[in-house]
Amino acid sequence: MFSGGTRAAAAIVSAALFLFCAPAALALDRAAVESLAFGEGDERLAAIAALVAEGDPKALVVLKALAQGEMQTSGKRVFIVRGDKAVDPFTGAESALPADREDVVANNRLRATVADALAVLNLFSPERAARLASARVLAEGADAALYPLIEKALSKEKDAEIRGLLEITAAGMQLKAESRDVRLAAIRTLGRTSNPNSKTLLLELVADADPDIRREARMSLDAVEKRLAWGEWLGLAFAGISLGSILLLAALGLAITYGLMGVINMAHGELIMIGAYATYVVQNAFRGSALFDWYLAAAVPAAFIVSGLVGIALERTVIRWLYGRPLETLLATWGLSLILIQTVRTLFGAQNVQVENPSFMSGGIQVLSNVVLPWSRIYIVLFVALVLVGMWLLLSRTRLGLFIRGVTQNRAMASCVGVPTSRVDMWAFGLGSGIAGLAGCALSQLGNVGPELGQGYIVDSFLVVVFGGVGQLAGTVYAALVLGFANKLLESWSGAVLAKIAVLVFIIVFIQRRPQGLFALRGRVTD
Amino acid sequence: MGRLYGMRGWIILGAGAFSAFVVFPFFNLVVPAGHALHLSNFWVTLAGKIMCYAIVAVALDLVWGYAGILSLGHGLFFALGGYAMGMYLMRQIGREGQYQSELPDFMVFLDWKEFPWQWWMTDHFWWAAALIVLVPGVLAFVFGFFAFRSRVKGVYFSIITQALTFAAMLLFFRNNTGFGGNNGFTDFKRIIGFAITTPQTRMALFAITAFTLLATLLLARWVVTSKFGRVLAAIRDAETRVMFCGYDPVHYKVAVFTASAVLCGIAGALYVPQVGIINPGEMSPANSIEIAIWVAVGGRGTLVGPLLGAGLVNGAKSYFTQAFPEYWLYFLGLIFILVTLFLPRGVLGLLSRK
Repeated sequence: MFSGGTRAAAAIVSAALFLFCAPAALALDRAAVESLAFGEGDERLAAIAALVAEGDPKALVVLKALAQGEMQTSGKRVFIVRGDKAVDPFTGAESALPADREDVVANNRLRATVADALAVLNLFSPERAARLASARVLAEGADAALYPLIEKALSKEKDAEIRGLLEITAAGMQLKAESRDVRLAAIRTLGRTSNPNSKTLLLELVADADPDIRREARMSLDAVEKRLAWGEWLGLAFAGISLGSILLLAALGLAITYGLMGVINMAHGELIMIGAYATYVVQNAFRGSALFDWYLAAAVPAAFIVSGLVGIALERTVIRWLYGRPLETLLATWGLSLILIQTVRTLFGAQNVQVENPSFMSGGIQVLSNVVLPWSRIYIVLFVALVLVGMWLLLSRTRLGLFIRGVTQNRAMASCVGVPTSRVDMWAFGLGSGIAGLAGCALSQLGNVGPELGQGYIVDSFLVVVFGGVGQLAGTVYAALVLGFANKLLESWSGAVLAKIAVLVFIIVFIQRRPQGLFALRGRVTD
Repeated sequence: MGRLYGMRGWIILGAGAFSAFVVFPFFNLVVPAGHALHLSNFWVTLAGKIMCYAIVAVALDLVWGYAGILSLGHGLFFALGGYAMGMYLMRQIGREGQYQSELPDFMVFLDWKEFPWQWWMTDHFWWAAALIVLVPGVLAFVFGFFAFRSRVKGVYFSIITQALTFAAMLLFFRNNTGFGGNNGFTDFKRIIGFAITTPQTRMALFAITAFTLLATLLLARWVVTSKFGRVLAAIRDAETRVMFCGYDPVHYKVAVFTASAVLCGIAGALYVPQVGIINPGEMSPANSIEIAIWVAVGGRGTLVGPLLGAGLVNGAKSYFTQAFPEYWLYFLGLIFILVTLFLPRGVLGLLSRK
């Protein structure tokens, strides 16, 4: 998009060079602004160059307004729209918006030139963030005529990151230079980067007429591709871990209720959905307050408690009458799930609701130029790890955990030695449901929250538990990670839907070969 | 005959056949429209649709009620039969589609130039009929053979059948699979040369469905009262002991599972021309679980019960989704819970309580 016309770019360069040589503070050039607003074609490009040369901060304001479509005219008057006020670009005086105003129309070529002009102007800004943003824009590719300006900026720049970006930009521009040595140096510079754009630039040179250039370009290209491949693998691995952790969180509650207690809870997905809605309600309570960024601190326990209580209620009213009759439990809990879905629909409406991320969870860290790891996913991986550790501690270090394990291994014997099995069932079911609620809280940070949220996870979570081996928490962890990786790996070359189908078919075949799952409990029990 | 039903049973069946083959056609076709006693096409279609569901319910009862295998993938076999019939019906549209092409509209829309391989020979009815039986049958045979050989049973089997139908649904949602993606097949014009919307064709389809339902019921009854059926029930109650007696449960289970899937395929094939649409939504896991509740409501292991259950639940569904759409899910959910908690033998158990 930065093909604003070499002539226009050259005009900007000369204007800007003039600006930095003669820092005379002039008033905003009325003729230039007017020809920008009312002129045609090249006239307007020249006006941009003139404005860059001004050096007046007001010129920057005018260009920005043009780029954002905030510049309007009324008769012969030019003004900038700020809310419902018209601001005079020359004096800064505010007045009411005239009725007969018209937009200043900018075509693509003009927009591109303005963007380049703004980026170049920003390169000399005292603020690091502004310079960095401009350097990023220019590194995506800019007109070669801007080279002298980049050189100038490089000579003044101290910051390593910005320098790096500017060097890539400069090297990209010098690839077409006259001198062979300059070109070779540029190719080597690009070979040290890991930017997809460098790859595109180098690919053109692999077929260059000059054999030296060809050889050097090939070497640099290989280096870049190797680094990019690393990035892709890294991105894939992270996507696998991320999906695996989500599957794990969705399945972890089920690993308790199904794996340890043997209850087929088809309403598990709905407990996840309730956790997500609990998060939504807490978020609404925090909306507008200064503590909004901290709403998750309240939402996490809220989701756990609400889903846990709903789970306990289900256990006390329906499920406990069906212990030992798995197929009946399956049907009854399916009925429960329908009722829960309809209840949520009645309370919150059938439409998806909006759950906003707190600010520290938006954005991501750029590990390599082609890999960005979103913060939300990183936090969720950490969150899942915490939940896992918490659950392990609870099961292995507390009295309730001891009871749960005892009842799982031998209900009759546990009952004989005085374990209140019925109450343990209730708490264990509440724990599993509460973890489903935590999963809902995490999922609300990644995607849509709607009444059917849980339906999408129920088949997946059962498969994770069954694949890992029933009655085994460790198995569930491995199974979730393996399935997450497998899904993402297949996705990268067959598309999401086929990958999903392949994973499902794989599990179906796997269970037929090994009905006891990845890790079987050794036992002598037969039925 | 005495082995299948007693005197009362035969009388009830006869009454059912009489109403389907005489009463319905008479009040629909002979009594003129506008007359107070005229039975509108809406009711004929609704009754035909519910009878298709009843065939599926009886088929599921064969495997669940008698062999103890709860399949949550029977909706898949139903939909496969429906899709096989749908392909034939799409070919029957000919050049009357929106784009006046030999190809179905969705293929023109996707810019395809010829039929993909799956559509080979589907313009012949006999081949479509073969597919209706073969596709669900072969899939059930292969899937069942491997599952039962590995002794996958109980809830495990339910879950993997559910995964199977879920995977198939995802597959059929893709446009590239060649079955119309999201929208599936619709806008049918005629079947074996007859216009599909005339009352006569509708009544014929209705009668064929009623006949199939009766035949399914008698066949299933014949199976469960035979020695084969006894072994099935024994497998349900104590599989290990049956093995120790020298029977191989795998053969029995595969046979009954395959037969049940074929019945579902036929039901699906009868369903599509009457309802006029088939899409991948039919394969959703929720649909298959609903089939199980028809069986449970009626009373499993009774054959007639599931037929009744399919009628009751779907009758209620038609009423509720019209009158109080927002309460239907509450009602369905409650049926699931109350029937499993308080009516383990279904409505039929309630009637014959001694």
